[in-house]
Amino acid sequence: MQSSIPASGPDTRVRDRRLVRLLSSSVAILSFGVILVLLGCAVIGPIVYSGQELALTSASLVPPSGQSWLGTDELGRDVFVQMLFGSRTSLLVGVAAAVSATLVGIAIGAIAGFGSNRVDTVVMRVTEIFQVMPSFVLAAVIVALWGPGTMRIILIIAILSWPQTARLMRGEVLRIKSLDYVNAARCLGMTETQILWREVVPNALAPVLTVGTLIVGQAILLEAGLAFFGLTSPDVASWGKMLNSGQRFFYQGWWLSVFPGLAIFVTVLAFNLAGDKVAEIFNPRSED
Amino acid sequence: MSRLIVSRLIWVLPVVFIVLVMNFLLTRLVPGDPITALIGDFPAPPEYEARMRAEFGLDEPLWRQLLLYLWALVQGDLGYSFFNRQPVAQLLWERTLNTLLLMVPVLIISSVLGVLVGMYAAVQRSRALDVLISALSLGGKSVPIFWSGQVLIILFAVNLQWLPAQGMQSIRGVDPGWPQVWDFVAHWLMPGAIAVAFNMAIVARVARVAFKESILGDYVTTGRAAGLSQRVVLFRHVMPNAMIPIITVVGNNFSNLLTGTIMVEAVFGWPGLGQVFMTSIAQRDYPVLQGVFLLVTLVTILANLITDILYAIVDPRVRAGYARA
Repeated sequence: MQSSIPASGPDTRVRDRRLVRLLSSSVAILSFGVILVLLGCAVIGPIVYSGQELALTSASLVPPSGQSWLGTDELGRDVFVQMLFGSRTSLLVGVAAAVSATLVGIAIGAIAGFGSNRVDTVVMRVTEIFQVMPSFVLAAVIVALWGPGTMRIILIIAILSWPQTARLMRGEVLRIKSLDYVNAARCLGMTETQILWREVVPNALAPVLTVGTLIVGQAILLEAGLAFFGLTSPDVASWGKMLNSGQRFFYQGWWLSVFPGLAIFVTVLAFNLAGDKVAEIFNPRSED
Repeated sequence: MSRLIVSRLIWVLPVVFIVLVMNFLLTRLVPGDPITALIGDFPAPPEYEARMRAEFGLDEPLWRQLLLYLWALVQGDLGYSFFNRQPVAQLLWERTLNTLLLMVPVLIISSVLGVLVGMYAAVQRSRALDVLISALSLGGKSVPIFWSGQVLIILFAVNLQWLPAQGMQSIRGVDPGWPQVWDFVAHWLMPGAIAVAFNMAIVARVARVAFKESILGDYVTTGRAAGLSQRVVLFRHVMPNAMIPIITVVGNNFSNLLTGTIMVEAVFGWPGLGQVFMTSIAQRDYPVLQGVFLLVTLVTILANLITDILYAIVDPRVRAGYARA
């Protein structure tokens, strides 16, 4: 960190420098590049191959070739095309669940950190209960009983993922609320609610948002796990679901398992690396 | 010590109660009610449905149903499998033993290896090991564990044909004694190695940091100055201090290990909880699914409780704090 801070607009300068550091890190560029390419696949892929997602051909279990780049499955569907459609599911579930979990975590953490001691205790106890539950097993049982559906899966993953954000947010709010500028705001006559949402929360956001990037990766893994266990609707393409069918064809078609799994790995790795890098630069106090 | 246990129990009991109530309420998620699910698509006269409902206590108010459910649980009754009418408790008990056969060696091997690797990395200040540990733990957070199982099966069972792809023992049966043991080890090797790798990465990561910090203590210098050998300093004085955070992480990671084991079992057809979980999902066997959830959650809570108590045993400061309070 630079010791001499210029007199004019110190905050923006520091942030600019961080952005430069982020953009000069090859890990960050690579992982954000991968994420962008994946987003492109998810948006454009299904348009280019529109309607061909479940197109059956007579050529079943064909190994990767010039005709079908990543081979075909047991019903003759193109693995590459299915994976393009699957990228849409993975990214949609991952990002939507992470955004909702982060919003819920911010709200709950802010209330716990800024509220009275009693509110804090109760909220943190509830958070602990959520953290004790094995999230994959619980999510799987809920989906099995409730029935599949992309929106439901997003909702369930979000409900199971907010605690880490809430804990982090609470810590930040506790730290910030004792700072001088909060007292100054109080002297200026702002109400407690105004202080919380206008003065405290915006300054507590940076670490929380970086954790959000990591939640995207966890959410994608969780969705893949649910799909692998056969918990998504049969008409939605998903990488995890492809691994589920690959399970039956180890001897006849290695490409059915290898490629979709590789896609999950690369995607989650990109989000984890990006999240780690952003956390390292924007949130130096973060404990890994 | 007993004060600590009591205070942790006071925290654990309400959590267990909430988990039980949740598990009870989960049934309400099923479209229709359990009787519709039980009868299935078969057209049944309404009188029959009503009789079934009364038989299962479903015509009672919700709070009475909850009490009935809790009373049955106390008696060890987890309900019956929709699929083959076997008592869920009995089914899970058999499967849990097989899961333990997979998991206990994993827990021991990965903890010991993780501590040793982490310690070695810290003591030798090995840059290469640091990178390896970071890479392994980043990989562990990014790879779907069931996929790594599939890749190993394709490599070592399908292509090289070194190891069996599925199950816990050969179907054809082998001679009792050593052949049986080797048969088990051959089946354990792939799922076991995967679970060991995932868990070891987490342990090694904390162990490295813990040993790095603990090795900086003044007592290390004092011990060395007093002429103690490197080994005595390391194992008698550094290790006990480093173990405190390691125990916490191993304990808190227990639920991840269990979830990972369940996923690995599903891939390798290991006849444990994971396999039962996967087949029960396919058969929509709700009582079994809820049983697995309950079992896994209660075991996780127990593991956390044991971790807290162990933590106090290892760290005299925590014990003293509770004795004074």
